[in-house]
Amino acid sequence: MAKYILQRLGYMVVTLYLIATFSFFLMKMLPGSPLRAKEKLSEAQQLIVLEKYGLNDPVPVQYIKYIGDLLQGDLGISFQMKNQAVTDILLNRIPISAQLGLYALLIGTTVGMLLGIAAAIKNNSWVDYSANFVSVIGISIPSFIFAGLLQYYVGVELGLLPIAFWGTWQQAIMPTIALAIFPMAIAARFMRTEMIEVLGSDFIVTARAKGLNETAVLFKHGLRNALIPLVTVMGPMAVSLMTGTLVIEQIFSIPGIGEQFVTSVMTDDFSVIMGTTLFFAFFFVFIILIVDVLYGIIDPRIRLAGGKD
Amino acid sequence: MENILEVKNLHVSFDTHGGEVTAVRGVSFDLKKGETLAIVGESGSGKSVTTRAIARLIPSPPGRIKEGEILFNGKDLAKLKEKQMQQIRGKDISTIFQDPMTSLNPTMKIGKQIMEGLMKHQKMDRSLAKKKAIELLDLVGLPDAKERVDQYPHQFSGGQRQRVVIAIALACNPQILIADEPTTALDVTIQAQILELMKDIQRKTESSIIFITHDLGVVANVADRVAVMYAGKIVEIGTVDEIFYNPKHPYTWGLLGSMPTLDNEEESLVAIPGSPPDMLQPPKGDAFAPRNEYALEIDNELDPPMFKVSDTHYAATWLLHEYAPKVEPPAAVKKRMKGFGNTGASPISKKGDD
Repeated sequence: MAKYILQRLGYMVVTLYLIATFSFFLMKMLPGSPLRAKEKLSEAQQLIVLEKYGLNDPVPVQYIKYIGDLLQGDLGISFQMKNQAVTDILLNRIPISAQLGLYALLIGTTVGMLLGIAAAIKNNSWVDYSANFVSVIGISIPSFIFAGLLQYYVGVELGLLPIAFWGTWQQAIMPTIALAIFPMAIAARFMRTEMIEVLGSDFIVTARAKGLNETAVLFKHGLRNALIPLVTVMGPMAVSLMTGTLVIEQIFSIPGIGEQFVTSVMTDDFSVIMGTTLFFAFFFVFIILIVDVLYGIIDPRIRLAGGKD
Repeated sequence: MENILEVKNLHVSFDTHGGEVTAVRGVSFDLKKGETLAIVGESGSGKSVTTRAIARLIPSPPGRIKEGEILFNGKDLAKLKEKQMQQIRGKDISTIFQDPMTSLNPTMKIGKQIMEGLMKHQKMDRSLAKKKAIELLDLVGLPDAKERVDQYPHQFSGGQRQRVVIAIALACNPQILIADEPTTALDVTIQAQILELMKDIQRKTESSIIFITHDLGVVANVADRVAVMYAGKIVEIGTVDEIFYNPKHPYTWGLLGSMPTLDNEEESLVAIPGSPPDMLQPPKGDAFAPRNEYALEIDNELDPPMFKVSDTHYAATWLLHEYAPKVEPPAAVKKRMKGFGNTGASPISKKGDD
């Protein structure tokens, strides 16, 4: 197992290096420049600024310099935000997005799984139909509609919760709910389908034939076998939730990484775009590793190569 | 010998979108202490449903026990609440299922799967249950039980898994063991070993076995009595000798005739023509009549009652009525019956009967 994980970490480094390279050259192919209000600057002034940031060097030289810095953990400085280091920007913004995403993921998955299990047990009953209804709504209606509805009714009409910003737990409630609905719906769908299938399998009859009660049958024998597909979809979902969701962060004025990313793209803030992209990539590859390790923990048949047990 | 189980007029139905499927239509039999009763019949004849109803393992909905009694030590299982049934299932009545590849939980160590029943019914603690699980694995002939108890099902072969399934079923010394085609999914040499194991265990534990199969060779090998089922009813029941040497029901003739043997290579296999009736609309009269070359007029009108052949032998065919024409079993079956006498019923029994 340890050997496998080390091997995977090695691959991760290679993957990240490739992603860094591709993004770097793609970025260089983009039109536009980080200089705002270009027309107000003279040719000479522009040259001085570009020179200062190393943007006038040939692209391969810039590339080597960037990778060199990257290896030392230096992501460069923002061109737009008063010379702030990119790492600082990321470190300020990521925890907020990650926190919001994690809440939404945990709440969404838990509620979704419970809904799915209930629907599977009471297959083709009103419980099933209601759970289905809820998950169809959750999948088909985008989160910003829920966000807007929550803000209007809960925030404005009832005045129960603050409608924007980030800091207190009250401020976290509405964005978390708005964000949790989609993962909840997905988890409910997957859980229901898988659980129905698992509950129809022979080993469930074996478990019942031992005289176990339904709770034991369901949770000791059913759940674990139904988890694999859920883990598969929830992995990438975790990434997209925790790396910041532009829309929800905008609606609730949450200073997260999603919002920052879009701003940087609009302003050609190369170093921030690169930094954020690399962070996303790292997180993604990391979660995939976690998912693979989880597979083995859940299902002994896919214990990873390299391990003996 | 005393009866440990009496099934009386059992009806089991499934409610489907197409209507009510009457899977079991009035089955009655009893099971004595320490005996092995084989239930044979085509797929869909209701053998599995009957035994699942006894263990109350019919999923409901769609299934339900419509009517009838299942008396186990005088208690009517058909009327028990699920909670009470959980105290009996796995403890007094255990089931061995057909397919060892799917009847074990792939994500749980086999030791734990054996221990579950012990911890529930015999209130053993973890370490004691594990010890007992190892003993059970030894009993069912699995080598290196101590190490293997901590392994997962995918680390075992089909035959080994079936041994594990049997160990699970035996864990609490059940009085009744229901074996639902326990050897069908296994290859022939492993079949013989598993049958041998079951006979051996029965000798040691004196439990009663209900053995479902469609393999008559297996029946001859393991059973004391045989019940032949067709379309949700028992059409003939008797001791193994009575069923094999003196079969009365044309359906039993058909089954015996369609049994392949090693020494009749010049003959083609006899098949029963047609297919079993649709149990959504069970036919009027005798369900077997449309496929029965010996069917009488009355078969299309009235379902035959059980006629007594001897104290232990009953068959549901109008041919046994005093007014019925005398009909002999077909020649192929007669020849087959002679064959049983001198060689045993099948290649399997030759191996197993030592």
